[in-house]
Order: sequence, then structure tokens, then C-alpha cells
Amino acid sequence: MIGSKPAELSPSGQAITWSDSDKSVAVGAYALRLGDDALVLAHRMAEWIASAPELEEDVALANIGLDLLGQARMLLTYAGEVDGTGRSEDDLAYFRDEREFVNCQLVELPNGDFAVTMARMLVFAAYQYELYDRLCSSSDETLAAVAAKAVKEVAYHRDHATRWVLRLGDGTAESQQRMQAALDVVWPYVSELFEGNELVHGLVGGGIAVDPAELRDPTTDYLTTVIEQATLTVPDTSVWHTGGRRGIHTEALGYLLAEMQHLARTHPGAPW
Amino acid sequence: MYGNDFTQQPIVEIAEDDADFQAILDADGRIEPRDAMPEAYRKNLIRQIAQHAHSEIIGMQPEGNWITRAPSLKRKAILMAKVQDEAGHGLYLYAAAETLGADRADLLDLLHTGRQKYSSIFNYPTLTWADMGAIGWLVDGAGIVNQVPLCRCSYGPYARAMVRVCKEESFHQRQGFEILHTLSHGTPAQKAMAQDAVDRWWWPSLMMFGPPDESSPNTERSMRWGIKRFSNDELRQRFVDMTVPQAQALDLTLPDPQLSWDAATGHWEYGAIDFTELFEVIKGNGPCNAQRMAHRRRAHEEGAWVREAALAYATKRDAEREAEPPAAVA
Ligand SMILES: [Fe+2]
Ligand SMILES: [Fe+2]
Repeated sequence: MIGSKPAELSPSGQAITWSDSDKSVAVGAYALRLGDDALVLAHRMAEWIASAPELEEDVALANIGLDLLGQARMLLTYAGEVDGTGRSEDDLAYFRDEREFVNCQLVELPNGDFAVTMARMLVFAAYQYELYDRLCSSSDETLAAVAAKAVKEVAYHRDHATRWVLRLGDGTAESQQRMQAALDVVWPYVSELFEGNELVHGLVGGGIAVDPAELRDPTTDYLTTVIEQATLTVPDTSVWHTGGRRGIHTEALGYLLAEMQHLARTHPGAPW
Repeated sequence: MYGNDFTQQPIVEIAEDDADFQAILDADGRIEPRDAMPEAYRKNLIRQIAQHAHSEIIGMQPEGNWITRAPSLKRKAILMAKVQDEAGHGLYLYAAAETLGADRADLLDLLHTGRQKYSSIFNYPTLTWADMGAIGWLVDGAGIVNQVPLCRCSYGPYARAMVRVCKEESFHQRQGFEILHTLSHGTPAQKAMAQDAVDRWWWPSLMMFGPPDESSPNTERSMRWGIKRFSNDELRQRFVDMTVPQAQALDLTLPDPQLSWDAATGHWEYGAIDFTELFEVIKGNGPCNAQRMAHRRRAHEEGAWVREAALAYATKRDAEREAEPPAAVA
């Protein structure tokens, strides 16, 4: 079971009455939350390029990173449009500080070894798959279109990670030990994925967003099946880290952003 | 290949004088994996293709160096796709070498132990973002000049791999040109960054074509075998002629005061190349030789447990399938 009774606000079901402009701001914030997840994980994938265990994996990780970056670009572009601020994808990616990023903490964790990277990919892709699968029927046309494209990509990511978790879990003694250790590393960050907040719940009521709490069971079921088939154990965690959606991150994010943003910030307004 | 700048080893001597084989070559025919071929041809081709493959994968490092720092998301996506292409080129090329009976793991071992080389151009550092432009424009540009004739090389699988590779390389060159064009027409600091990168990459790019013809002993035989179509100096001249007008379009200068148009020959004349630098880099004394090799070996060693696990898993599944078909495996 992932997480005990979640400390999140449970969706009240009551529709919040928003003005159109409030709603647009909320949709922008929701798109940003999804986009930041994809952007930060794309960065972590990019760090693997030229360092993967085999050449095929350099190609695969780059592919997955490119998919995530593509999702991030669509979502950030939309976020800056719909919220009325007119910020571009690059304004949002390069000119916000740590506390303004609303990605979950899972995606910012350092890559660790290949097992940690695959454990994180398995969890995150399983979650994203359930999310996008539902978001395809969002009443927001842009989000629905992004989700329709992304769900196919994410199905491949989930499949790729699944294959590796099976191989590593049921491979050699060393790989099994590393794969289990990797699951133990990422597990405390899983529950955050299923947390909502007032903003998300408001959008759920309007048929725009997906309720993250709804994703907990199907994601957990998928993960449990894979982990058990890989002869591994679902970690027994009592500590759950959270805060990303409020801009509370791990220390790792600051370094990631320092690297990602420094050049753009050195030449503000310059064309690239 | 990317460059002709890495092999100072003597070419393996042709032992047998195979008249039929030479007749096929002279008729500009294609040699396919199952055709009989002289051992020396096979060995030399494996080495050439392997060193080309090594160049592709080592070449991922200097550009991979800037993916996480790319200054816009669009540039990041383009650069990631480019570096991914280079990994793909490595894959096609190792596969082409395998059609000649080589094994990728053995070839990688030759790279990791320094017994096979890669293009020396990748032993230079990428110091600024503008280097992504200069590499695409000049290094991929030189790669194209070297590789286009290989699309007609005598060995079928290599020639066909080159056709795919060349299509992607022209996209690489264009994106490099675009990066420099944007920088050159951007802020003064960006323009200076672009000029600095071109200043640093111009001469090493010319060296990618290898030593001058008079000190390139292997050219004649490689030409006879149809694995080389033009001499180093011919290719270098073609590259200079192609690049000078592009530099003008970029509004950047090439760091060669002797560069001048020769109306009589219809070519751009260029100044003397300092080949002692090339030979130093080939010997291992370039700025990044040690770093590139250490990175490659580290990636390979750190991935060993992963490859072993994949093998162990596959072996277990095979055993299960034999024991009680059909096994229920996802
Ligand atoms: Fe290439
Ligand atoms: Fe290239």
C-alpha cells in the first residue's frame, strides 16, 4: 500500500464557483504542475546520455527524455497562455526560482545508479499513464489533446521501465539487491503523486483536471504486480515526503535549476 | 567517416591477389557480406567502420556536455535529438562491422584499451554554448564531406549505413549553422561567443581530413579497394570551398589571414595547417583525450552489472521456456 490515509484534502465534490479569469489562472497552474514534472524528469534523462550501460539504452533514455521535454513544452506554453501572463515556455522554464517550481519531488531526485533511474521511471510512468489516460477526456481541449499524445508515449516509458525492473529484479544477485535498494530510495516520494489541493479539486469538479487520489489504486496495482513478478518486495515505508506542489523541494532541485538556467539568465532577453 | 585523422597505423597488407575481387571492384560493384573477399580487405574495413563507430559514440560527449545547459527548450530538444542520432549512427556502424564477422563487445574493448582510435576532433573541449553551433556547422559539415563519398563505398552494408547517416548529418549541420546565425545576429556578447567558437574549431576541423596526401600512405590502396573515393586534400579543399561562403553568410570570420579566392583554380586557398598539433592529439596529448576515454570506460564499467543482469534474465527465461512451454512471462 502506498501511503496511509493521505493527508491531502479529500475532494469535497462541491463545485467551486470561479470567475472565468480565476478559472484560467487555475488551469494555468494545473498545466504548470504537469509541465514541471515532465521538464524536470526530462533533465534527469538527459543526464544519462553518453553514460548509459549500453548504446541502445543511450538511445532509449534520450527518446524518453525527448518525449517528456515535448510534453513539458506544450504544457508550459499553454500555462503561460491560458493564465493571461503571456509568459513563454522559456520564461517559465528559465526564469522561475526553486520555490516557484511545482513539480513533485520524485522527478528531481538525482539519477543514482541505473536501478534508481528505472525504479523512478517505473513509478512515474505508471502514474503518468493513469493520469493522461483520464485527462484525455478533460473538458479542456488543450489538456485533452496533450494527454492524448502523451499517453501513448508514456505507455512506452512504462513498458521500458517494466522490462528493466523485471530483468534487474530477476537477473543476478547483485542486480536484485540494487533494484530492491532502488525501490527503497524512491518509495517515500510516491505518495506525493496522489495528493491534490484546493486548486486541483476545483478543476476536478469542472471536469478539467484528474483527481490525483483516483490514480492511487490503479498505479499501486500496476507497480505491485511488476515488483512481485520481478521477485522484489514493495517497500514498507512509514515516511512520506511531500511539498513539491507548494514549491518545497529537495536540495537537488536547486542544483538542477542552477545548471539548466544559468546560461539563459546570463543573457536575459537574448535570442537563441 | 567523421574524420580521416586517427589512423597512423600501417594498413594491413593485402596477402592474396584476388583477381576476381579486384575485377568486381573495378567494375564499381558492391561487395556484400556473403561475397568472398580478401582477408586484408575485410580486416581493414572492420577497422575503418569500427573507428568510425567509435567516433560517433565518443562524439556524444562534447555535445552531451551542453544538453542540460541549453539556453532554450527548443535548442535543448534539438541538441538532445542530435546526440541521440549520434548514438544511432554508432549502432548502425557497429552492426555494419558485425556483418564482417566482428563483435561489438570486442570492438568496444579495442576502443577502451586504446588499440583503436576515434576522430581526434572530439578531443577538444566544448567551452561555450556557441561550440554547439561550431560543431554542428564545421564538424558535422566536415563529416558530411567525408561521408558522402562513402555512400558509394564498395562494401554494401557500410554504404547503406552511410546513406542513412548522411541524411541526419545534414540536419546536424543545419542546426549548427542556425545556432551560429542566431548568435551572430544577437547581442554583442553572443556574437563574440560565436566568433570565439569558430576561431577555436576552424583549424581542428580542417585537420579532420587527415594528414596531407604526401604523408598519407594508405590512401592509394583504400582507393583501389573502393573504401575511399577522394584523397584527404581533395576532401579538405571541397570543405573549405563549401564553408567560406557560409561563413560570410554568418557574418563571422575564419581565423586564417591567408584565405583567398584563387580565380585561376576556382578554389579558396588556405594557410598552412599545423599538423604537429594533429599528431599530438592522435598520440593522446589533446586537451580531452584522457577525459573522453575515462568517461567512456566509466560508463561501460558502471553498466557491466546491468548487462550481466539482462543476460542472466534472458538465460533464465530461455531455460524456463525449454522446461515447460509456454511459460507465462510478461
Ligand atoms: Fe554522426
Ligand atoms: Fe552528426
